[in-house]
Amino acid sequence: MSETTEHHDHGMSDAGYIKIALILAAITALEVSTYYVDFGPLFMPSLMIMMIVKFVMVVSYFMHLKFDSKIFSFLFYTGLALALFVYIVALATFKFFIA
Amino acid sequence: MADTALHAADHASDHGHHSSTGLSNNKLAMWLFLGSECLLFGGLISTYMLYRGRVSDGPHPSQIYDIPFTSVSSFVLLMSSLTMVLAVTAAQRKDDRRTNLWLTVTAVLGATFVGGQVYEFTTFIREGLGFTTSLFGSSFYTLTGFHGVHVSVGVIFLLSTVGIIKKNKITGNKSEVVELVGLYWHFVDIVWIIIFTLVYLIPA
Repeated sequence: MSETTEHHDHGMSDAGYIKIALILAAITALEVSTYYVDFGPLFMPSLMIMMIVKFVMVVSYFMHLKFDSKIFSFLFYTGLALALFVYIVALATFKFFIA
Repeated sequence: MADTALHAADHASDHGHHSSTGLSNNKLAMWLFLGSECLLFGGLISTYMLYRGRVSDGPHPSQIYDIPFTSVSSFVLLMSSLTMVLAVTAAQRKDDRRTNLWLTVTAVLGATFVGGQVYEFTTFIREGLGFTTSLFGSSFYTLTGFHGVHVSVGVIFLLSTVGIIKKNKITGNKSEVVELVGLYWHFVDIVWIIIFTLVYLIPA
């Protein structure tokens, strides 16, 4: 089996990873284009969606969470959910209680 | 019977020490660490988002950010994730030569990113944004500085891994060691994915 098509215990082939990287590069180019092109009301939602898609693609494919045990996903996404909670609490504190 | 014992020993040496869950303790610890790192960066990003409009007499974010330059840095870091994952697959194939090659390329890309960050910081300081100029400056340098330190530590991990592979000092599962370094490296990349959008692309 060739090097680029061989599959491993956890994950994809090298060619698969290169495809994922090309998609990520294309999304990054699209993100940067929002700086030069006026996206109007779609500016913020499109940037947020592209950021989340890139995040999930790297975590799922490059970090193998899609192929690994769900316990790893639980540990990581729990930390992420807590981080989001910290942000919401900090924002609420400053916007509603201190302001 | 002997075959079964041999197979079990091979399996154990292939996958390192396992917990009662059947998972590698090392990997479990790394994911737990990365989960806790989410909290660290969550706090720093939250602080930046709250203070980015507090510029005092200093420059405003839109006056100093160089989006084309940061876009190239972001692309470099993103591509380093690809070279890292190629190092992991090479390690799983037990191809030490390619593993070391991709690890070195990843380290070079990471060092390029850190070099870009040092250049960006010196430019900002020259343009009047010091660490204590404003709340925006303090939160910006703290957030991106912490990230830069993480990338620098990652580069040290990568080069150390190349060194210990070359000297054949890894007694356990070599591919798992490379995978653990890779998990840390990809985490540094996903944090930058968030920073690039929230700090640089979304105006204050």
